[in-house]
Amino acid sequence: MAVEIRLPTVLRPHAGGQATVKANGATLGAALEDLVLQFPQLKDQVITSDGTLHKFVNIYKNDEDVRYLDKLDTTVSDGDVISILPAVAGG
Amino acid sequence: MLRIGERGYTAMVAHALDGLPNEACGLLAGAPGHGKAHVVYRCRNEADSAKLYTVDSRDYLAADRDAEANGMEIIGVYHSHTHTEAYPSPTDVKQAPDPGWHYVIVSLKDPEPVVRSYRIVDGKITEEPVVLERT
Repeated sequence: MAVEIRLPTVLRPHAGGQATVKANGATLGAALEDLVLQFPQLKDQVITSDGTLHKFVNIYKNDEDVRYLDKLDTTVSDGDVISILPAVAGG
Repeated sequence: MLRIGERGYTAMVAHALDGLPNEACGLLAGAPGHGKAHVVYRCRNEADSAKLYTVDSRDYLAADRDAEANGMEIIGVYHSHTHTEAYPSPTDVKQAPDPGWHYVIVSLKDPEPVVRSYRIVDGKITEEPVVLERT
């Protein structure tokens, strides 16, 4: 499935400055793996070394937070827009 | 420096007061590289706490889409400190998501709110002037 991945500003330099890139995969995890194959500098920025989503990003598939879907196992379809957003927090 | 219109500046302070007793938080958007916050987005504090804030991710998504539709991007975040100075806390520094952003803090420690802005790069805090403009 060909999806569109929107990158937060802070990760764009690792993707040649692009804000939006295309990736392929049947699940979110597969699409993100494809993303890292295309842009190796993104390794470890979105998915941790033990294969889970980093806690400093939130990921939406269209309008839904994937935490409430199947996280990395969430299935994706052609044309889905995956938005990677920074988790913004402090105290 | 961070340039901001009077309405935007006042909006951040108003949100800080409205957020009491909890911390309030929101996002700033502007044209990339201009150093001006054209739009202030109020966001919900998912942490719902007087000591911590987490920008509700749904509000981030909405702000991000709106900014993009208007040729802008998210250039910073503001949040309030209900009882402490307008200076980044260790948590603020540790969790700063983007070295390119402006980090604005509204302190409600004293009856007159204090607004300061900072850059946080590699754990280093540098204050920057907040320049008020008419619009």
